[in-house]
Amino acid sequence: MKSDIRIALVGNPNTGKSTLFNVLTGLNQKIGNFPGVTIDKKLGYCTLPDGRTAEIIDLPGTYSLYPKSRDEAIVFSVLADRHNELTPDLVVIILDATNLKRNLLLYTQVADLKIPVVIALNMMDMAKKADITIDVNAFAQKLGVPVVPISARKIAGIENLKQTIAYANKIPLQQDSIDVEAIAPQLISRIKAEINTDNTYFALQLAHQHETLKFLTAGQSNTIEELEKEFGFHSQKAQATETIARYNYINDLLYDTVQKSATAEDETMSNKIDKVLTHKVFGFIIFFGILLFIFQSIFAWSAYPMSLITDGFVWLQTALHQYLPAGPLTNLLVDGVVAGLSGVMVFIPQIAILFAFISILEDTGYMSRVTFMMDKIMRKVGLNGKSVVPLIGGFACAVPSIMSTRTIENWKDRMITILVTPLITCSARLPVYTLLISLVVPNKNVWWIFNMQGLALTAMYMFSMVSAVVVAWVFKYILKARERGYFIMELPVYRTPRWNNVLHSMYDRAKTFVFEAGKVIVAVSIILWVLASYGPGNQFNKIDQKYKQLQVAQAIPADSLNRMIASEKLENSYAGMLGHVIEPAIKPLGFDWKIGIALITSFAAREVFVGTMATMYSVNGNAEKMESVQQKMHSARNAETGQPVFTLAVAMSLMMFYAFAMQCASTVAVVYRETKNWRWPAIQFAYMTVLAYVASFITYHLLK
Amino acid sequence: MYLPAFYKKLQIDTFFLFGFNLNKVYICAVIKHQMKLSQLKVGEKGTVKEFTDLEMSVKLMEMGCLPGEVIKVERIAPLGDPIAINVAGYQLSLRKREASTIILQ
Repeated sequence: MKSDIRIALVGNPNTGKSTLFNVLTGLNQKIGNFPGVTIDKKLGYCTLPDGRTAEIIDLPGTYSLYPKSRDEAIVFSVLADRHNELTPDLVVIILDATNLKRNLLLYTQVADLKIPVVIALNMMDMAKKADITIDVNAFAQKLGVPVVPISARKIAGIENLKQTIAYANKIPLQQDSIDVEAIAPQLISRIKAEINTDNTYFALQLAHQHETLKFLTAGQSNTIEELEKEFGFHSQKAQATETIARYNYINDLLYDTVQKSATAEDETMSNKIDKVLTHKVFGFIIFFGILLFIFQSIFAWSAYPMSLITDGFVWLQTALHQYLPAGPLTNLLVDGVVAGLSGVMVFIPQIAILFAFISILEDTGYMSRVTFMMDKIMRKVGLNGKSVVPLIGGFACAVPSIMSTRTIENWKDRMITILVTPLITCSARLPVYTLLISLVVPNKNVWWIFNMQGLALTAMYMFSMVSAVVVAWVFKYILKARERGYFIMELPVYRTPRWNNVLHSMYDRAKTFVFEAGKVIVAVSIILWVLASYGPGNQFNKIDQKYKQLQVAQAIPADSLNRMIASEKLENSYAGMLGHVIEPAIKPLGFDWKIGIALITSFAAREVFVGTMATMYSVNGNAEKMESVQQKMHSARNAETGQPVFTLAVAMSLMMFYAFAMQCASTVAVVYRETKNWRWPAIQFAYMTVLAYVASFITYHLLK
Repeated sequence: MYLPAFYKKLQIDTFFLFGFNLNKVYICAVIKHQMKLSQLKVGEKGTVKEFTDLEMSVKLMEMGCLPGEVIKVERIAPLGDPIAINVAGYQLSLRKREASTIILQ
């Protein structure tokens, strides 16, 4: 979309920045990527009162221009790089009126970059409630910039803000805040000359951040490095001096523009809630209650839409097969592409529900309390308080859970969380486990109430949690930390969730998943489909011929004949050949080539195992016919020894394999999408496969 | 008031007083106690004096924990770490290890 003016939205976290963004742009948003990094770039469009279109970019929330995470680093590079396609014409900086002091630090930094600024003074209603009076006019006059009081939640003052944006000056008019030059006078003037800029604060920021800025050439960066050495510049000391100077300026500024009533000592509502929610006993009970509820809801609420999506695609496939001319192209479209799409779409309900909950937890401020409560335990195993939610979400599906790790600022903690989340028993493992458990575990009760099969399933769930914790603990020592781990986090006051934001978050995440991970999943499905439906030479023709003769000779019903053909074709397909090829490798685990084929096809998704087993044992394959699959597998005998194929040892070994192996193309795709580096999914795939192999090997040989 | 609490109030860690009556020599040792934020109990207040760690101080100051600011410990996490403090009108949580880099007056 063409725009007449580019606006950047800047502000502290928890100031209602995304609410304002949603209010300004409505559904007119798009999500992209900042060049070269994983951070989502949120763009939106807004029509100004004078008819012009403004392009608004929502920059990550930050407390200062000195970044503490890679998300935060984006803010400075977008604002400062004059030759960037994203460089804003105007910055709208959002300040929380209830907490002006800390919010103004970022303002003074941005203002010193000399970009035209408009202040949106948010949460004016809350400030009034807290008896904070702000003399907006005096405030605006002292700063030299327009100040618009708004309340983004109540959509108050928005028209006024748009009006102000439309008539904002094209040149920066803000007053200087502090004497930046005094921090490092010689160095700054040399950098100014070297980089050819006249902005003092930009020059100082370059001295601090030149190593990580992409818009500087290597030569420029080296020159700055040498200059720093020449003048003995100490980044942290300079930053400390600057911060103190800025707060002195802010204190002066607030002294006669903001009045706080003395009764602020009263216990706030938020504090009362915290007494219960972070209580030693109730805190944990409530937290686990909420997790259980989320977990249950993802299972229960997504079941209906998921079956609707599956049924819809099955109907579509049947319809396409009917109306399109039969042939390899149709088969590719219907059984490869459409089936792959169905595999992508089926995740949408779970992703949407998990993200609805996560955005409610974040919006209300409860998520930071969870982090606060769980940090100590999680830190011990190399994780972070914020890892709790992705790990629990992993019980439903690793895909949305890995997407939700973005809230973890610390790189190492986030990586470990991503690496171990797929170990948690997800819903796709459930059909595999149920099938195998019902095959070898007797359906008997022990101690009256506990069903043995149920116990076995519970054991698999517990086992997955233990293995995730152990693996995380191991990775804690393997991965090198990129930054010093610390935990300085704002605990925002409790608020009611903004349903508009919840809907936006559901929509955003589902869309990102479909378009980013979807590509890989569809590609993998097509490859697997080709492998499973084509074979070398004219094997397939021979099979068709053979069964034609059989039918003539013995008059077998068409239904079972088709199943026999499918079974034999799968055996002779490329996938079947691969099954034979890998047989020597999986023989020590107790698997034969038939299981090998199922392992290959179920790489698309674990639950495909059941379907493949059905085809292999020529049953009409779908999950509802599980009992017949079970019978066939039960009576399956080894052709050479005459022994049953699925002994306790084999079934347990298979379960161990599925517990550890990364048998999920979607997870691989989403890990790639979240880390933007093929190394991570590769490492994850490798370590999980090795673990799976070792665990299966041990299990098989112990039980054999 | 028992002695350790008295010392704490004086912000003194150790207090030796030896008297030798014969040669009239008194040895007196006072080691000044540095009160750290991590030592405050829930509900107690203190004023930031200085920091022991430069890197941490930069991050804490950005969040409003500046020398001269009054900090109140609001609560301690159920497992004893981290802690939640009130500073400059909002709530901030930090680990005890980080809180121990803040020296109070």
